[in-house]
Amino acid sequence: MYVAVKGGERAIRNAHAWLAEERRGDPDIPELTIPQIRAQMALAVNRVMAEGSLHDPDLAALAIKQARGDLIEAIFLIRAYRTTLPRFGTSTPVDTADMAVSRRISATFKDAPGGQILGPTFDYTHRLLDFSLMANGDPPAAPKASADPQPVPHILSFLDTDGLIEPAPHSDATPRDLTREPLELPADRALRLQALTRADEGFLLGLAYSTQRGYGRNHAFVGELRIGTVCVEMEIPELGFAVDIGEIELTECETVNQFTGSKTEPAQFTRGYGLTFGQTERKAISMALVDRALRWRELGEDDQGAPAQDEEFVLSHCDNIQATGFLEHIKLPHYVDFQAELELIRRLRAAASEDAE
Amino acid sequence: MSDYNFAYLDEDTKRMIRRALLKAVAIPSYQVPFASREMPMPYGWGTGGVQVTAACLKADDTLKVIDQGADDTTNAVSIRSFFQRTADVAVTECTQEASIIQTRHRIPEAPLHEGQIMVFQVPIPEPLRFLEPRETETRRMHALADYGLMQVKLYEDIAKHGEIATAYAYPVKVEGRYVMDPSPIPKFDNPKLDNSPALMLFGAGREQRIYALPPYTSVQSLDFEDFPFAATKADHSCTICGAVDSYLDEIITDDAGGRMFVCSDTSYCSERAAS
Repeated sequence: MYVAVKGGERAIRNAHAWLAEERRGDPDIPELTIPQIRAQMALAVNRVMAEGSLHDPDLAALAIKQARGDLIEAIFLIRAYRTTLPRFGTSTPVDTADMAVSRRISATFKDAPGGQILGPTFDYTHRLLDFSLMANGDPPAAPKASADPQPVPHILSFLDTDGLIEPAPHSDATPRDLTREPLELPADRALRLQALTRADEGFLLGLAYSTQRGYGRNHAFVGELRIGTVCVEMEIPELGFAVDIGEIELTECETVNQFTGSKTEPAQFTRGYGLTFGQTERKAISMALVDRALRWRELGEDDQGAPAQDEEFVLSHCDNIQATGFLEHIKLPHYVDFQAELELIRRLRAAASEDAE
Repeated sequence: MSDYNFAYLDEDTKRMIRRALLKAVAIPSYQVPFASREMPMPYGWGTGGVQVTAACLKADDTLKVIDQGADDTTNAVSIRSFFQRTADVAVTECTQEASIIQTRHRIPEAPLHEGQIMVFQVPIPEPLRFLEPRETETRRMHALADYGLMQVKLYEDIAKHGEIATAYAYPVKVEGRYVMDPSPIPKFDNPKLDNSPALMLFGAGREQRIYALPPYTSVQSLDFEDFPFAATKADHSCTICGAVDSYLDEIITDDAGGRMFVCSDTSYCSERAAS
């Protein structure tokens, strides 16, 4: 007699053993090390840190290795680990004006104090496959220069002093914590930014692109994009002052957008903001565009019904760990519900053919 | 496994969940927002149920986990072994022996008794979600008991199909107040919710909601006077144990249209077959 799918326990055990073998691949080929992944797959590591909301390149590299390079799976591993960690406290706000920049560009001013620094970017590379990498070619050494000690102020601050851009709202209030409180709508901007910074890069990219094509257009210029390291400081209660506890790499994008104003209110540019862990500039720019699109109500703009303007739509669907889990759960058995539908549809069909006779 | 706290979650998180549970029990079927955590299994695979179970579990509990009514389906096996690893609790397949039963999509056939806790895994807790996608709007509708939209939907089903075309996750009204999604159980199971001596807890992890039915709560499936609710099942008896009163899975036995029907509740079926 047919036996309904039994032996789930053994099947799971064997499937996981097979997975472990597949992850390792051909044992004649040397195994990837965590330092290799961390150093040579740095942008993958950065994405896992950004969307995993945990700045730890070694753990991110481990997650990528364990996930066989599936970055969403790696992000999931990091999130599941992160949520078990105790909270010792919170840092003081990081000061991105004090960032030691490795890249800093502005699309709005040809030059500005601090200068334009291209940094290690794919921009202006010709996307031609470099076959020398197949032969493990080491690149020629890049030319070196000593770091310029001059300060690198935020470019938008120059517009700010002239009153040409809306002032960045200042608040010392403790923002709500998305990972410790349920998301309740409407959300304020701090909470939205929190959700966007850990949101799926592809989802944000698509939404940001849609604003550029007219679905909630807001005419963004990249006022400044900067990547570099900042110090993280924390107040230690026993000491009574803040001490450096480490450095993290961040990408920050500030956009200058279409203005507000009226006959009585002088016109001003508006802002979009993106801040992400690591060198993740596609994400940071996308975040700034979506942030700006979500601010329509506060800036007195029309609701065009564009997806990127819809806070509930964006915040409910931007998390790839929620999305992938729910999407993939339809692989789980649904015999019971399907059976109920089968009976319903048979009954409806029988009733319809009786009526037809 | 000493790397993690008893039943995986840290005590602060459990306390947060227990507070939400207390509120949920105090206001039957009201959806209480809670700060759902990322769990080591994916959202949509029972994270809400797992968090509720973890918050309720004590060292002397006996846990039963079912999926589709069966103890041996892959996800039930996975969740049961998770709690064996992290809480080292006793497990059982017998409905009467369990103090906590975590389930996906079914309520066991054997009657539940006082002191038992049923934990349901819930994908979409909002019964109005597919009529109104906005949470801000559905919360207002619940606050005002504005359920006209649901009545119209059920009416339109009858106008179009001749009966209410919802076979599972069939909406219920609790104590005459809130409309509730009983999770995707077949409507065959709906009557088991009414006046049950067991505590029913519902956890939706991804959607960050917990709701509950305290013991002996009135739970009525929505219907009309002239189109009363009817619990339905396949019109067969179980091939293995011969039960005529249990919910049946349909199994394809050959490629010539052969079918057999067996109890979806494996524990009920094997106990009957043994006796």
